[in-house]
Order: sequence, then structure tokens, then C-alpha cells
Amino acid sequence: MRIAALVLTLVLGLGVAGCGDGGGGGGAAPAGSTPAVGGPVTVFAAASLTESFTRIGKDFEAAHPGTTVTFSFAGSSALATQINQGAPADVFASAAPANMATVTEAGNAGGAPRVFARNQLVIAVPKGNPAHVTTLAGLAAPGVKVALCAPQVPCGAAARKAFDAAGVTVTPVTQEQDVKAALSKVTLGEVDAALVYRTDARAASADVDAVEFPESAGAINDYPIVVLKDAPNRTAAEAFVAYVLSEPARRVLTEAGFQAP
Amino acid sequence: MRPASSRRAPLALLAPAAVGLVFLVLPLVGLLYRTPWTTLPARLTEPGILTALRLSLVTATIATGICLVLGVPLAWLLARVEFRGRRLVRALVTVPLVLPPVVGGVALLLVFGRRGLIGGWLDTTFGVTLPFTTAGVVVAEAFVAMPFLVIAVEGALRGADARYEEAAATLGAGRWTTFTHVTLPLVAPGVAAGAVLCWARALGEFGATITFAGNFPGRTQTMPLAVYLALETDLEAAIVLSLILLTVSVVILASLRDRWVSA
Amino acid sequence: MTLLDAHLVVDRGAFRLDVAVRIAAGEVVALLGPNGAGKTTALRALAGLSPLTAGHVDLDGRALDRPARRVWVPPERRPIGVVFQDYLLFPHLSALDNVAFGPRRRGVDRRAARASAAEWLARVGLAELARRKPRQLSGGQAQRVALARALVTAPSLLLLDEPLAALDARTRLDTRVELQRHLAAHAGATLLVTHDPLDALVLADRLVVIEHGTVVQQGDAASVTARPRTDYVARLVGLNLYRGRAAGTTVRVGDGLTFTVTDHVTGEAFVAFRPAAVALYSGRPEGSPRNVWRATIQGIQRHGDNLRVLLHGPIEAAADITPAAAAQLHLTPGQEVWAAVKATETHAYPA
Repeated sequence: MRIAALVLTLVLGLGVAGCGDGGGGGGAAPAGSTPAVGGPVTVFAAASLTESFTRIGKDFEAAHPGTTVTFSFAGSSALATQINQGAPADVFASAAPANMATVTEAGNAGGAPRVFARNQLVIAVPKGNPAHVTTLAGLAAPGVKVALCAPQVPCGAAARKAFDAAGVTVTPVTQEQDVKAALSKVTLGEVDAALVYRTDARAASADVDAVEFPESAGAINDYPIVVLKDAPNRTAAEAFVAYVLSEPARRVLTEAGFQAP
Repeated sequence: MRPASSRRAPLALLAPAAVGLVFLVLPLVGLLYRTPWTTLPARLTEPGILTALRLSLVTATIATGICLVLGVPLAWLLARVEFRGRRLVRALVTVPLVLPPVVGGVALLLVFGRRGLIGGWLDTTFGVTLPFTTAGVVVAEAFVAMPFLVIAVEGALRGADARYEEAAATLGAGRWTTFTHVTLPLVAPGVAAGAVLCWARALGEFGATITFAGNFPGRTQTMPLAVYLALETDLEAAIVLSLILLTVSVVILASLRDRWVSA
Repeated sequence: MTLLDAHLVVDRGAFRLDVAVRIAAGEVVALLGPNGAGKTTALRALAGLSPLTAGHVDLDGRALDRPARRVWVPPERRPIGVVFQDYLLFPHLSALDNVAFGPRRRGVDRRAARASAAEWLARVGLAELARRKPRQLSGGQAQRVALARALVTAPSLLLLDEPLAALDARTRLDTRVELQRHLAAHAGATLLVTHDPLDALVLADRLVVIEHGTVVQQGDAASVTARPRTDYVARLVGLNLYRGRAAGTTVRVGDGLTFTVTDHVTGEAFVAFRPAAVALYSGRPEGSPRNVWRATIQGIQRHGDNLRVLLHGPIEAAADITPAAAAQLHLTPGQEVWAAVKATETHAYPA
């Protein structure tokens, strides 16, 4: 009995002490002077931005010595949830406005989001296109194994929009949690096709071929970016966002296959 | 059992034990604390939940069955038969324990996938594919959970007195009959404990399942996968799913009588 | 009619067993010896639990183990019954099912097997305990269940490994008598391994004594106890035993001591006499034909109602003295006394 009482007290005490939202303290700029850009910047970015943002991050560090950019790439919806739960990030770049809205509606955005790129879907197929998929409708053919992103994830939502617009019903064999996972099923040869972004197909061009389809024009994703309200390093965060919207970054994005906003 | 008052546990043991218990129980408390109790009844009736739960329970049970059929003989081999390389084999059996589950899933794909070592042959010869199927879920769960069973049963067999098997032989029992009528009953509690561990591990498996079997509601979306995906958009839905899985597991595990699983 | 014909040769590196044993139908042979003599090795070899290195085991005309001809019958196909020292009753089965285990394995259907088992349990007096599990039985009860389990299949060879060793003294007395009854009724051959001479004397028709892996003496109880051939056997039966050279009615033993005996022997011979036959004197005794020697008292122990005095001298001997005599002589350790044994109390026989 005494053991039970001891445990119960400890548990309740800690539970009560820990209740309430986690709040991060913001890094305040030193009062009075023009703040210098430096220090660590944490950027939460959609998985489809992996290659391009990594390169942009290095360019940013070169342009602003003293800064270190750290990225967390994942599905936009997962990132949005983490931010709303108090994850310490400076910047959020989402693959769709819907996920950005989750963050702004929760009051965690430190400004108005700006669209910095647009991405279009393509059909990724294993090298050589063994199942001969050439159109969106071809994905519905019997015996064709298709991997899609889960509907909650931006590329999954875009895929659904494209299917609805084309009047095509496709039953995938799997609904992956982010676009890179869907792509990996193609590179492994486990599926005959997957709907991924043009940028992802281009980044993996050694292993996959990309098949364009006209209906993708009706389901283009806008990519918004915003500085977060509780950013630990607000100055550097704003500088980073500005850099992403600038010409050098835009060139990197276009090279990767993004379209201009 | 002596009455508690006549023999107290030393504080040096009680204190760390209490801390350990709190450590394990606290996350569950957190879960309960953030459960949306008001919307719970409405959420419980959402259609996907029962499907995912049933799939989880069925695949975990089948996976445990496979682990028993294959794992008990393997444990017997490791415990009773002297052969060269036995230590290596035992180490290999524990590999799924140290392998990150996702890596396990990738490895399974490389073997049983469409272009895998065996998967291609299975597909062309029998038309059997494992990835993206419920059978694939069972395979992934069995892969990660079998070491638990093998280790538990091997331990039980080592602890069992081999002389009973000699007595059985003098009474006319052949090796197989001795195994089924004497050895197995003697180690039954150890086998049961191993099966429980195996079942619990299979139920909670995520990484290997999502990588090898993929995610599709009704076919391969087990409860852990459903929780992960719910987490992307709706934290409270994820908590509800977690709570359901937790409750079902605790009820089943707690209903196992102590003497069935202790030696 | 010899039922069991065995020559057991087991080589274990440092230890080598080489024992020949023949047992007739209905005969009970006790395998007696000190710890490490090889008794258990012999029993296991007969049961088929350890293979022979050489030699043979033939039971009822059938070869069970003959390494030279690569003949080997595993234990489950031998017509044997074994009662183990720890009984080894299967813990998860009731007493009835334990006894029915043997018949079931030999193809008897469950009902018939249980009927035989019940009959045997009644025969050992445990009919009402049929449903009990082994852990609910006392030592004596477990021993009887183990015996029933071994006998229910009517084995050609019954092997008992120290069957009474695990029992307390009181239970042992009662169980020994009962065991004798069942062994007498058993039609096959019986080999009983024991280190307790009383077991051997009460239960066995014939004794085989082994030491260090070889047979040192065998024969019926009377002849072995009357004429022990080794220290071990002598100590077992409680005799003073010496080996020496005989020439007619004298035998020269120990450190230059010559015994006069009543038996006629020549050559290598044994001389034995009971401790009770030794008389002690403070001075050298005269008179009737006696063997006399001078000794120092090494120790005095209680021995039943008497005192056992350990003597050191030309021979090491034990003498049983009444407390009254001891008091009269003021016997103390280290004291010098004269010991005497009448020639008529000695036994001399060829070695």
C-alpha cells in the first residue's frame, strides 16, 4: 500500500506541474542596436524541398557568416502538428497552403505567409517504365501497382484533386506518409508508379523516369513560407525567409523543377 | 506469503523501483490527461477505428502463431542440440532485436519484394506477393517479434531438467513423443510468457510494417500506422486511437492468469 | 535361465568400467560399491542412457548393445523399467497418468492403460492417491508410484538406482520390506544399485561388489559377509580384515604378526574376525590358544551399547568392549594395551 501511495503522489505531482501548453521563450534582439544576423536557424520544411533547401541553406550560410541553418524535412502535416505542439523552430516552409493554415489558425505564425514556389505532380515510374504507364488514366489499369501519398499530406491532396478533375479512380496499394516514402517505393521497384512532385522525380532521375500528364496543371501546389511567432532567432529567421524569396534562391528552386510563384 | 509488516523491503531497492515505475507510467498518464473526454464517444464510432483494431489484433495473433510453430523448435535446437556454430546462430536470431524496424522492413523488401531475392520467384511461380498485403503485415510482425519468443523459450528449456526426458525414454517414449508429452508441458509457462511478449511486440510494430506492407486502410493499416497518420493532422484523434489500443492490450494482458505465464 | 547377460565396458578417459553381470529370471542382484565405483555408469549402460565402449548387453536372448557389431537399441525400445534415485515422476501428470505413461507409449489405449495403472497403484497401496500430483505425495508414496510406473509394463529387466536413499530412516525400514515383496513377485531380472549394505542384504539374492570400475567380489549375501575380500566390504559388514601369507594354520599379516587360525590355508589368504571377538588386557594374557599383540589406543567411540576401540599396532584393528570392561581397564587414548583374539573366532580363506 505504501508503495502505491508513493507512486501516486509522484505521478500526480509531476502531472500537475507539467500541465499547460509548452511555451518557448522567443530570442529577443538586444535592445537599442540594429541586430546582426547570426547564430542557429531551425527550418521545418516539406520533404519535397530536401535537395533544394539544403543547397539554399549552404548559400545562406556563405552569404551570412556566423549562421548555421539546420533543417527538419518531413511531411508538411507532421511538421505543422509538431509546430503547434511547441517544437522550437524558426521558419516553416509547407508544401501546401492547407498545412500552413493549420499553423496560422493556431496563432503560431509570426507574420503573413508568402508563396515562394509552386510544384507540379508527375508520374514517377521505375527506370524503363516496365508497366508502360503513359497517362493518368493508365494508373487505374488492372495489375498496375500505384503508391500515393496519404490524403492528409499535400502531395496526396494534390493527387486527389488531379484524379477528381480527370474523373479517374485509382486504388493505390499504399498511402505513404510523405512524398519521399512514395518515391522510395518506386526506386525499390515495388510499385509500377507513384504520383510525386516533379522536383522529387528530378532529384531521383538516376533511378526513376518522370511521365508528365496534362491534368497536373489543375492541381498545382503553392508553397508558402513564414517566420514562426516564437522563433528563437527571429532576426536570422527573417533574413532566411527574405533570402528564399530572393533571386539566387529562386534560381536554385527553378533548377530543381519548381515553378515561380 | 508473509504479512507485509513482518518483512519490509529495503529502501535502497524501493526508491529506484518507485522511480522506475513512475518513469514507465508517466507517459500513460500524459495520454490520459490529454484525452478529449467530451468528444470521445463520438470519435469512438468513426468507421476506420474498428477496422484498424481488428486488423491489428488478427495480424498480431497470426504472427504469434507463426512464431510459436517456428520459434519453439528453433529454441529447442539452441538449447538441447550441440552443434558447431551454435553461438553464431543464437546471435543471428537476435538480429531483428537490434535492427531498426524500418531497416528490417527494407531488408524484407529486398528479399520478398517484387525484385527481391525470393519475391520475384514467388511472384512468377505462384503468383504470391507479400508487400502491400495483410500477409505482408504478418510477415513483418513475425520478423520483429520472433526473437522474443525464441529467447524466452530457450531460457525455459535450459532451466528444465533433462532427466525427465531420460525417464520418458526408459518408459518407451521416442524423441518426438518425449518432446510433446514431457518437455513441452514442463516448459509451458515459459512458452506462454514468450508468446505474450511476442504478441505484444507484434501488436505495436510500426517501422517494418509501414515499409514492407505499406499503408492502406482495411488491408495493411494497423493501429500504430493509424495513430501515426492521425498524428499528422489531428492530435486528439491520435490520442484516442492510442488509448483504444492501450486499453485493449492491457485488458488482454491483465486477464492472463499469473500462473499460466510464470514458471 | 540367464535373462540378462552383460559385459559392460565404458571408457571415460580417466575412469574405466569393466564389469560382467549375469542375472537369471526372477533373480535380484545388488550392485554394491563406494561412491565413484561406477555403479550408476553400469546402470545407465544397461538402460541404454549411455552407450558402451566395448562389450555387450544381451537381454532375453536379444542383443541390445554390441559396439563391435554396431548393434544399438535405444532405451525406448528396450523392455526395461527404471526406478531413479529422485523418482523423476512427471510433475504435470497425476500419479495415475504417471503409471499409465509406459503402457500408453507402447500402444495401449487410454482406458486400458489407466486400468492397469489403477491396479498397480492398488498393489502398492496407493489406490486413493491416484489423482494426486507428484508434489502432493510424500517421499515414500512417490517411491511407490515410481516402482509401480516401472513395473506396470512387465519389464524383462528392472533397474533400481538407490531406491531408498532419498527416504528418512523410518520410512526406509517400512519401504524396504514392501520393496522386497514386489521384487520377489517380479518375474524378470532385477539389478539394484546401492551403497547401503542393508538394502543389499535384505533385498538381493546375490551381491556384486565393484570398486574403481571392476568387480572385486560377488556371491550370495552370506558368503560375501562371511568372507570379505576388500577393506570396503569388510567395513561394510563390520569385520576386521587382513591379507597375508598362510602356511597351514598360521597366517602372517601386517607388520610381522602371525595369526593362528582353525582353517587350513596356504598361499595368499585373508584373515577376518569380528570386533566383538577382540579382548583387551592391561598385561600380556597367558593361557588358551590366542592370538596376542601389543597395541596403542587411537580412539574410542560409542557403538550401540558398547564402545568401539580403535587400535594401532602391527595391525590396525577395531575392538568392541563393554563399558564395564572399559572402565575396569581405565582405557584412555594413547594407552598401551594387549589385544587378544581366539583362533576359533577367526576366519581364514584363500585370497
